[in-house]
Amino acid sequence: MEKFFLSEFPELSRETLRFIKKGFDASYRAFSREYGDTIEAVFDPVLYFLVWFEKLLQNSPWPIVLICFLAIIYFGSRKISVTIGSLFAFLLIGIFGMWEDTMSTVSIIGVCTLLSIGIGIPVGVLMAKSERAQRICTPILDVMQTMPSFVYLIPVVMLLGIGKIPGLLAVVIYAIPPIIRLTNLGIREVDSEVLEAADAFGANPRQKLFQIQLPLALPTIFAGINQTIMMALAMVVIASMIGVKGLGQPVLKAITNQYFAMGLFNGLAIVALAIIFDRVSQSFGHRIQQHRSGARE
Amino acid sequence: MSEIKIQIKNLYKIFGKNPKSALEQVKDGVNKDELLEKHNHVLGLKDINLDIKEKSIQVVMGLSGSGKSTLIRHINRLIEPTDGSVVVDDENVLKMNDENLRNFRRTKTAMVFQRFALLPHKTVLENTMFGLHIQNIDEKEANTKARRWIDRVGLSGYEEKYPQHLSGGMQQRVGLARALTNDGEILLMDEAFSALDPLIRKDMQDILLELQDELHKTVVFITHDLDEALKIGDRIAILKDGIMDQEGIPADILLSPKTQYVKDFVEDVNRARVIKAKHIMSELNGQDRDNAMFVDQDDFIDRFIDKVISDKPNCLIVKNKNNDDIGYLSTKRLSEILKR
Repeated sequence: MEKFFLSEFPELSRETLRFIKKGFDASYRAFSREYGDTIEAVFDPVLYFLVWFEKLLQNSPWPIVLICFLAIIYFGSRKISVTIGSLFAFLLIGIFGMWEDTMSTVSIIGVCTLLSIGIGIPVGVLMAKSERAQRICTPILDVMQTMPSFVYLIPVVMLLGIGKIPGLLAVVIYAIPPIIRLTNLGIREVDSEVLEAADAFGANPRQKLFQIQLPLALPTIFAGINQTIMMALAMVVIASMIGVKGLGQPVLKAITNQYFAMGLFNGLAIVALAIIFDRVSQSFGHRIQQHRSGARE
Repeated sequence: MSEIKIQIKNLYKIFGKNPKSALEQVKDGVNKDELLEKHNHVLGLKDINLDIKEKSIQVVMGLSGSGKSTLIRHINRLIEPTDGSVVVDDENVLKMNDENLRNFRRTKTAMVFQRFALLPHKTVLENTMFGLHIQNIDEKEANTKARRWIDRVGLSGYEEKYPQHLSGGMQQRVGLARALTNDGEILLMDEAFSALDPLIRKDMQDILLELQDELHKTVVFITHDLDEALKIGDRIAILKDGIMDQEGIPADILLSPKTQYVKDFVEDVNRARVIKAKHIMSELNGQDRDNAMFVDQDDFIDRFIDKVISDKPNCLIVKNKNNDDIGYLSTKRLSEILKR
């Protein structure tokens, strides 16, 4: 008896386990039947915006879209080399027939990034201001970053079905932690002597946040935005499994049918997008720190 | 003579988990080392009483760890005391609510910091306007005021530079301009010149004295440097281990130090450059005016000592601003003062 107890881990009986799992699934299913429509309605504005943005990119004449992109890239990075490199990358993408998918991916990445910034920065500020918020948020962020994304795809799909919004949610859940963490870090790293000076001159908490803490944390926050964009791009293939259009879908098709060339082309297009986003956001991040070196422009 | 601007009364500060209970111990006579060892609390300030006169420069001097920076931060309540009161213009700073305290800091006080504490992402001009921006003062007015003070501290032409591009001395000029632009009646200077090179420090001291001549602010100046304290202080308070050893005018501290600590401190000072004729004169009682020398009451000894040696007068007659005789000084007394 003793020996048996030590060699086999004492586990719940199969019936009990099945009962627990079934009960859990049933109650979640009941919840999603009850509230699924309401929750979907909440995301309607986001969906409209996403669809509108995607249509705009796909239906406008490609030269206009390309010129707009290059203009944004140039004014973001102020580097001719990055702009010319991007031009060639986009031309190759178009020639190899991936223009439309690329536009879909750019639109979903764009919306995800905006959502992540809109939610992530306030949450990061809250974490920096309150020890309690930090204690609560840190484990949640740990879960979001380490939980295999397929696991949280299940409840999202159960709740909202297959489509753009569940895909968007999955990408945001995966990509938002860096911007929250780095906003928190950036604000906490602001020199305490500078804050003391602000106190001595009678600044209130709002003035301290907007005139000192956020501007000084901006370079760190920008590193977070950069990370968020990169992670969102990494999720496009997984998101395509639940119906998000874009460069992920051909990759998925290539995996199931063993089309190496197709996978490679689309994979390289994702890499090209990643490099462009990275270079532009990094050099923009450097430029907003002009006070740290060199004279004003 | 003049009104009391800041009155600090029975001020205690104890750092630690339970300062209230430690306060009882300190009032019962537990000293700093014992408090740390047995109760794990740090004694910051013990029973500080200090009246700071309006329009004067009050220096608080002490070595590091003496509690001088803690003391100055109680005046604008950047640090909460454990016990006691700080009264500015009949109002207890420690009883103010958040809103009143912010208003008090905005309008009555301005502070200059040891390590400048400028805002690195703002230009010299924006830094100087900071206090006015906080008060939501009209941009044009703030700009005019700020430019005037930037000019006054000798930084014209640097308005658009960032603090990182300036030397330490120039950065502290910005710190001074920022404080002066705020136009508070009280100027708090926390080791404001300690991080600067000796020559630049002297420049800054001269700028401060020159400005004080025309602005007449109530200045609280923290320093660890006795020469600096003697040069700019109307009165000096000496802190040691959170306790005030002595407070008085510079000459008194030099001529009659109360504790061994103060005595050690003032031993090597060049007295001729600190003591004025009026500090050491005696009352007139029909001194012989033949072969006497006349000196102004505010002259330092080193201004007339050469003449005393060459002219060999019988005695020195001290005069006030209206040219009345107000006292005399024998050469014997003078040499005693200088020899000690």
